[in-house]
Amino acid sequence: MTTPSDSTSDIPSGATSGATAVIATASGAGSPAAADGSAAAPRPGTLRTRLRALRRNRLALTGAVIAAVFVLVALCAPLIAPYDPARPDFGAALAPPSWAHWLGTDDLGRDQLSRVIHGARASMQVGLLAVVLAFLVGVPLGLAAGFYGKYADSAVSRLTDTLLAFPFLVLAVGLAAVLGPSLLNATIAIGISQVPAVIRIARAETLRLKHLDYVGAALVNGGGDATALFRHILPNATSALIVQATVGIPSAIIGEALLSFLGLGVQPPAPSLGVMLSGAQPFLGPAPWMAVFPGLAIVAATLAFNLLGDGLRDVLDPRGATR
Amino acid sequence: MSTAHPKTAHPKNAEPASAVPGTPVLSVRDLSVSFRSDTRTVHAVDSLSYEVAAGEVLAIVGESGCGKSVTSMAVMGLLPPTATVTGSVRLGGRELAGATEKELSAVRGKDLAMIFQEPMTSLNPVLTIGRQIGEVLRRHQGLSRKEAKERAVELLALVGIPAPERRVAEYPHQLSGGMRQRVMIAIAVACDPAVLIADEPTTALDVTVQAGILEVLQSLRERLGTAIVLITHDLGVVADAADRVLVMYAGRAVEQAPADELFTAPRHPYTRGLLSAVLRPGQEGKRRLPEIPGLVPSLAAQPDACTFAARCTHADERCGTARPALTPDTGHRVACWHPVAATAPAHEEAAR
Amino acid sequence: MNRYLLTRLRQSLITLFLVSVVVFAGIRALPGDPALALAGEERSPQALAAIREAYGLNDNIVVQYGRFVGHALTGDLGTSARTGLPVLDSILDALPVTLELAALSLLLAVVLGIGAGVLAAVRRGKATEWLANAIALLGLSVPTFWLGIVLVLAFAIAVPIFAASGYVPFGTDPLDNLRRMVLPAIVLGSGLAAVVMRQTRGAMLDNLSADYVRTARAKGLSRRQVVGGHALRNSLVTVVTVLGLQLGHLISGAVVTEQIFVLPGFGKLTIDAVFTRDYTMLQGVVLCTSAAYILVNLAVDVLYSVIDPRIRLGGAR
Repeated sequence: MTTPSDSTSDIPSGATSGATAVIATASGAGSPAAADGSAAAPRPGTLRTRLRALRRNRLALTGAVIAAVFVLVALCAPLIAPYDPARPDFGAALAPPSWAHWLGTDDLGRDQLSRVIHGARASMQVGLLAVVLAFLVGVPLGLAAGFYGKYADSAVSRLTDTLLAFPFLVLAVGLAAVLGPSLLNATIAIGISQVPAVIRIARAETLRLKHLDYVGAALVNGGGDATALFRHILPNATSALIVQATVGIPSAIIGEALLSFLGLGVQPPAPSLGVMLSGAQPFLGPAPWMAVFPGLAIVAATLAFNLLGDGLRDVLDPRGATR
Repeated sequence: MSTAHPKTAHPKNAEPASAVPGTPVLSVRDLSVSFRSDTRTVHAVDSLSYEVAAGEVLAIVGESGCGKSVTSMAVMGLLPPTATVTGSVRLGGRELAGATEKELSAVRGKDLAMIFQEPMTSLNPVLTIGRQIGEVLRRHQGLSRKEAKERAVELLALVGIPAPERRVAEYPHQLSGGMRQRVMIAIAVACDPAVLIADEPTTALDVTVQAGILEVLQSLRERLGTAIVLITHDLGVVADAADRVLVMYAGRAVEQAPADELFTAPRHPYTRGLLSAVLRPGQEGKRRLPEIPGLVPSLAAQPDACTFAARCTHADERCGTARPALTPDTGHRVACWHPVAATAPAHEEAAR
Repeated sequence: MNRYLLTRLRQSLITLFLVSVVVFAGIRALPGDPALALAGEERSPQALAAIREAYGLNDNIVVQYGRFVGHALTGDLGTSARTGLPVLDSILDALPVTLELAALSLLLAVVLGIGAGVLAAVRRGKATEWLANAIALLGLSVPTFWLGIVLVLAFAIAVPIFAASGYVPFGTDPLDNLRRMVLPAIVLGSGLAAVVMRQTRGAMLDNLSADYVRTARAKGLSRRQVVGGHALRNSLVTVVTVLGLQLGHLISGAVVTEQIFVLPGFGKLTIDAVFTRDYTMLQGVVLCTSAAYILVNLAVDVLYSVIDPRIRLGGAR
């Protein structure tokens, strides 16, 4: 948009660089302020200063705290849950929230709080595993496509298009049909559905970094492709990838709940937020708490990760503000 | 300098806002602009005053960041809300400072128009040239879509674009930078404005195109009596086109003089620095700017001093403690405690 | 037809080919004998042999694929072992329901999303922007199906304004049709609206600070003309891209929404096919869905070139 000499420099660049008769390009309105502002702010370079900026973002911080609580709850579910999530108590069936059962009980008299806690464990498990899977597949493909270009790039592009042509749910349905519905297959389906996004980001970052001087220098100095990729490109692509991960986790959590809700994920009686919601459907009139609390748990978890992701994007990856 | 009353190409706008030769159409008094940021306030323009008469070309010259572009954006009322503007901007007797956005929009594009320095990005990429020219005509002259298009073709021809009937239906990306700048000019002059502010109109263009653009501006001034504020850092352009010159340094006016006088007898050490390596007007060749030692002071600091003192070879104690005012208006004004004698040859007194 | 669109067409055809291979291979990847899968309940050796014969499972795999594609191209997607009806007929029956649902949701998402996005960008730093952002974030974080359940609780059980289930064709009773489609459309459209809003806001913020918007203001155009005629017009390119990318989510969402509101559409057909192990149906449904997805994306690309002359006329981007 602006020419390079339009930047923050106050030195008459035309004079110092000895170009033609210029005093250096005048900048547009407002940019003196912008220039001085950016000079005053800490350089947004290192990861450390960026994380410090994140700490100032209260919404992102809130998200981080809630997300951390969810991870903790998921890890310690058996220790925290007041009841066995699978044990029915027919005497207490469909009981509204009370001191004994904070979130009420379901149609089999199972404690809802304990089931939500264990359900969160399943959610986090799928959320993290699916994202790891997507990264394991997507990052190498994206790096290769961006780095080698040409045939590698078009092959990966067609693969991405093909994956994208199967909407997430259709993919999950297909996998469930072929392999049978299970938590693992749901995780695989969710992971695969996230691969295209990971490929796209890894590829874009590689393309961007490949042309930077120091990567070129590394190649010229006899470093192999692997050195360039893993020593220079991948570490510099981390910011964008971290942001993608924080976007991927909440969508994987929703994905798990959705598949379990449809009966394609976690199989009852195992607790999962989606299974709980699907079980609540016949009792919406008499026992609305059965539907409300598991849903709120999902919303809280995804909201937390989305807030964290938004904050991270602001500080880590100002370029990739797309979604 | 001034021409006969312009015969406008379009009857509906036969009377540009007060284009009587000699009297100022645009008069800027004590204009100050500051920008708030989270931590501090930056003073971009400090008590600047100037005026332009109909048919006159006033060049505002200065280094990058000296506030010359901010000045024109302030005159247009186009600064972002973070800017604080004080002072007076009078256009043909009307006060624009403090006017509402609605009042300003009735003046912009009609009596007061502007050309920007980025021809490549200043046009909307998804609208046709004709639509972008027609828009301003429909807004200010109430033309119909068809009339606006016909007039757009005339305007394209006026600014020297070949095959205007074809170009009118094209999109900006199909035009070269020079052509786009001509389109920008066509938009700016569509309603025969009394004042045209041209902010670095030729900077982004190559030299051969520059001459053409300047020619278009000159002919407009002659035909329509438009007052032109030409913002530039190119002293060659100033020598070619300007009647009077205002030299700005760090947000302040340091010297103001008729163009020929400024070139032959600059009085401010800074102006001398700017001019010292420029070849004599009329001579061809590369005009190179000398390097003036030191840095432009930060605009955040607003010292009670001459802002140029730190880079000036003549500076003494007074320059560091008191701010020099512009000398009274005698045609050639200078803001300096040690102005160079009017007779001294320029190149000897140049800053190193 | 320009080079850009030709390239996109070629890419789409390649993708379509790959999709057909994956769908074809998917059925063959079933554990055990594909004939078993195709047979449904009837699993006598005679029946299986008949199926192998009928489906040509004894032939070379490439021959089988060729036949599969050939049949698919002529609209023959096989016959459901479950219902005994041609798969294509079931799909054509379900299609209007899903299309209506998708169209209503899309309308909702575009109107709400673009409106809120523009408002948030124009009222930068004001309460409006904060509110719009908060609602959008909530929209992204609330799972579609839970929103469906909550809306049913609120508007079909607690205050029964809308119907929670069943489908009545628009032609039969337009009012009843809408009464039943409003909640599903809100459920399906809300998430999409949130995404559209965020994208619109981002694009508008970029465009509002662009040089050509400054030009538009310098021309003395009214705020409405600057925002609507210039900034929004350019932002639409981004928004259309996002709509194309979100199409997969729309399809996934439709499946769930139809499940919640018991609408006899494409999604319900899919889920029922899974649970009844109706593989022929599943194969047909998946193939159609993916083909539709590819075609709509192609349509989106055509739409781009309408919005953005730089693409249409083959200029630099």
